[in-house]
Amino acid sequence: MIEFRSVTKRFPDGTVAVRDFSLVIPSRRITVLVGSSGSGKTTILRMINRMVDPTSGTIEIDGDDIAGIEPVGLRRGIGYVMQNAGLLPHRRVADNIATVPVLRGVRRKDARARALELMDTVGLDRSLAERYPSQLSGGQQQRVGVARGLAVDPNILLMDEPFGAVDPLVRAELQRELLRLQRDLDKTVVFVTHDIDEALLLGDQIVIFTTGGIVAQAGTPQEILAAPADEFVARFVGADRGKRALHVREQNGRPVVVDSEGRAAGVLVPDDAGLGARAGDGSPADGSAPGGRPEPARDGGAR
Amino acid sequence: MSWLLGNADQIVQITLVHAWYSALPIVIGFVIAIPIGWLANRYRVGRGTILAVVGLLYAVPSLPLFVALPSLLGTRILDPANVIVALTIYAIAIMVRTASDAFASVEIDVLLSATAVGFSTWRRFWSVELPLAGPVLLSGIRVVSVSTISLLSVGSVIGVTSLGYFFLDGFQRAFALEIIVGIVGTIVIAVISDLLLSLAGRLLMPWNARPPSRRAVRRAEARTLVEAA
Repeated sequence: MIEFRSVTKRFPDGTVAVRDFSLVIPSRRITVLVGSSGSGKTTILRMINRMVDPTSGTIEIDGDDIAGIEPVGLRRGIGYVMQNAGLLPHRRVADNIATVPVLRGVRRKDARARALELMDTVGLDRSLAERYPSQLSGGQQQRVGVARGLAVDPNILLMDEPFGAVDPLVRAELQRELLRLQRDLDKTVVFVTHDIDEALLLGDQIVIFTTGGIVAQAGTPQEILAAPADEFVARFVGADRGKRALHVREQNGRPVVVDSEGRAAGVLVPDDAGLGARAGDGSPADGSAPGGRPEPARDGGAR
Repeated sequence: MSWLLGNADQIVQITLVHAWYSALPIVIGFVIAIPIGWLANRYRVGRGTILAVVGLLYAVPSLPLFVALPSLLGTRILDPANVIVALTIYAIAIMVRTASDAFASVEIDVLLSATAVGFSTWRRFWSVELPLAGPVLLSGIRVVSVSTISLLSVGSVIGVTSLGYFFLDGFQRAFALEIIVGIVGTIVIAVISDLLLSLAGRLLMPWNARPPSRRAVRRAEARTLVEAA
């Protein structure tokens, strides 16, 4: 569990990136921080591994104030995936994935062997292991980035707009892969994006920012769609344009769901016949008031 | 022809000495310029000042410097150390700006992600910044190498052994062949050293087989040449 307590970040030039921000990020769930640029979401993410230190307030991981943890060591224990993968262009794929274990003192040979297993995990062909990042496609590079983030089997995975630079088809594929991985791995994922659709797809918990790290609304996707806290949120999720409004129409006696443009989106089936809503059992914020901040999940052990 | 055969030993020996005396300033200048260039790039405020001061060094004319150094260093007037120190100063003058550009050419995203996954500053320098600055550093040291090898000839004027000796001697005796030997010898050393450097670059930077930023390298090269002129 990661907890922000009244965190403020003021940069030397006077800009306040984050103002009095509090949030509980539950363990083994995907929390998505979403907002446009300048909303402070990336700054918040970077405070978790001390890339940025808060001006005031505290951040705790499993009850330990991270201000007391040496940054380099802290970072080696937290997975990090960023836009454009952030791979080392002069290292081969297997060495890129093995980077952090090697930094932690694992023998290079062992780390590379483990890297090959991780390539299987993220759906990369092992034949790519000896390539340089520039010889891979954008989607492949991003998979290498994810594999590197998972290399030390961290409990926490920070993802900074990881799929922002790949084309929509590949992005959809990577999003599905992340959900599949998360089912198996159960990491505490903090995911930053400016794409609300991505947030609704991936998030167990979503935090929507206006600017300067001010939270417009936090909650499950269901809660946010059901009751946008204000006009800003409604506009952000597209509810004001009817983008999220689905209607039921009768077609040959069966109920068909159509979107605001009248395109068919699916059919209505009884609850026990379908897969059900994703967050039915997995929502961290079940029971919190719609539109309010989710209650802290009670499971610890994020690290 | 008979002069060539008769003096073959001396020609070979002086060529080797020339190569050795120019290798020292190239290597020492490179090693000293890297931390200065790194600092200039890292601390933007000081960058202009550092580059201006270091650049001024190149404006000091070589002959007076050769002559003045013995009294500054306490060396004997004919000591090759004078010339080597002087050429090292010129090497630094050229190399610092290139080194600063080289470190600036490393993508900020790569550095950021290296820090994010847990590289310490020291480790990041050796395993990320320095190798990635490599292509531009290489272009700089190639310029330094050619310039040092040709400048060393001037040292013969103050009596330090170099291929410039044949040039001076041939000129005094109005003996064209000897002048040509001096010139050709210098060119041969310069060409071989350039080939060695580019070979070393290919071996040390295999990921750079087709450098994507060839234009950036050329721009840095051009800037160095303009400044050196």
